[in-house]
Amino acid sequence: MVLKQYVLAKSMDDVFECFKKYSGEARIVAGGTDLVLDLESGKVECNCLIDITEIDELKKIELIDENVIIGAAVTHNEVNKSDLVKKIAPVLSQACGTVGSLQIRNVATVVGNVVNGQPAADAAVALMALGAQAEVRGLNCTKIIPLEDMYAGVGKTNIDCVNEIVTSVKFPALKDNHGSSFERFAQREALALPMLNIAVVLSLKEDRTVEWARIVMAPVGPRPIRAKNAEKILTGNVISSELIEMAAEEAVKDANPRDSALRGTAEYRKEVLQVLVRRALEGAVASIS
Amino acid sequence: MEKNILKFKLNGEDMELLVTPDETLLDVLRDKLNLTGTKKGCGKGECGACTVIINGNAMNSCIIPAMKAMNKEVQTIEGIGTAGKLHPIQETFIEEGAIQCGFCTPGMIMSSKALLDKNLSPTREEVKEAISGNICRCTGYVKIEQAVLSAANRMKGKNQVGEGE
Repeated sequence: MVLKQYVLAKSMDDVFECFKKYSGEARIVAGGTDLVLDLESGKVECNCLIDITEIDELKKIELIDENVIIGAAVTHNEVNKSDLVKKIAPVLSQACGTVGSLQIRNVATVVGNVVNGQPAADAAVALMALGAQAEVRGLNCTKIIPLEDMYAGVGKTNIDCVNEIVTSVKFPALKDNHGSSFERFAQREALALPMLNIAVVLSLKEDRTVEWARIVMAPVGPRPIRAKNAEKILTGNVISSELIEMAAEEAVKDANPRDSALRGTAEYRKEVLQVLVRRALEGAVASIS
Repeated sequence: MEKNILKFKLNGEDMELLVTPDETLLDVLRDKLNLTGTKKGCGKGECGACTVIINGNAMNSCIIPAMKAMNKEVQTIEGIGTAGKLHPIQETFIEEGAIQCGFCTPGMIMSSKALLDKNLSPTREEVKEAISGNICRCTGYVKIEQAVLSAANRMKGKNQVGEGE
């Protein structure tokens, strides 16, 4: 299939018109930092690209009813530099600042980072820890899907990419008693894929007991992985360094990293993972003033 | 393959040309407009040699579909100085010895310019962030960072006495 047309959509109506016209052979492109390469290598084929980055309603970062909404055309750099995000979801600002390079972050979108379904996508890892949901629009319907339910394998999501578009992701703004933290381990500090990345969001009660916690680890499976047993260990208990160490130890049991020439051996990464989960938990607790 | 009319502003001049949907901005700059100052390194957005400024932001032209430049302002290395009158960043790159083979230099300078256009008093850390997507395989980064910091000082001096661009 040869790419025949490039459409700069101005509205959502344009998008659905295009989907209809090219029935099954048109795809959405936002930043395109992955898609352009996949088209070039033949990994992805389509007849028409629908560029959504000029659609005004998709360009916003908004706070509505204590939910943060990030539109599908918002770039990593916009989220990284957003004062709103820095204040109410620092973990996401931090994660977005680590992706690729500045040139990539100026183009690549956060929603694209999620839709791509890669297990180690930094922004997606942070968003999952924030309990984010995606808004998916089709011609006649709108669905809200928790990020956790979106994955369908490495590089795959349940989104029907020739009929549907993820218009935004949304998550509850963090409150004063919520803490968050992001840890990343890579071969260099820029332009390097993560060997491991961990996002933690947790809530402490006044008596320092953990109300709830979300620990997301990657790439230690086909998708970002919740350390659910570690979360259970934390919940209902008073936070302490012993408790954090126990949770970090438990988290490793949920991780299933592979040996990788690029990311290191499974054995090595499991050792490092425990340290990083501990640091992320400590960081999240320390971020609550 | 259908061709689209692409209209954009390139180095201050209005441009209008036909592009195919699979062409990248880099292809158009180098092969159609013969602006070969912008280099093709990795072709995957990993080395930064193809960096141009689009609406004020540094971007990798090798992975940007040309159509994304529609109605935008694009700046390339050809648009910021001439052989007779170099841009201050070009001057300080030469003075500080921040060039060896030169292949990464146009991209380095465009990333630096995107920073200095917004911030004339960057810290060394901010300079490092700005050029973190540009890989140099010859000289290392210390002299490049120094060149960007000196350029900032020079540009700030000019602005203060009202000789800015």
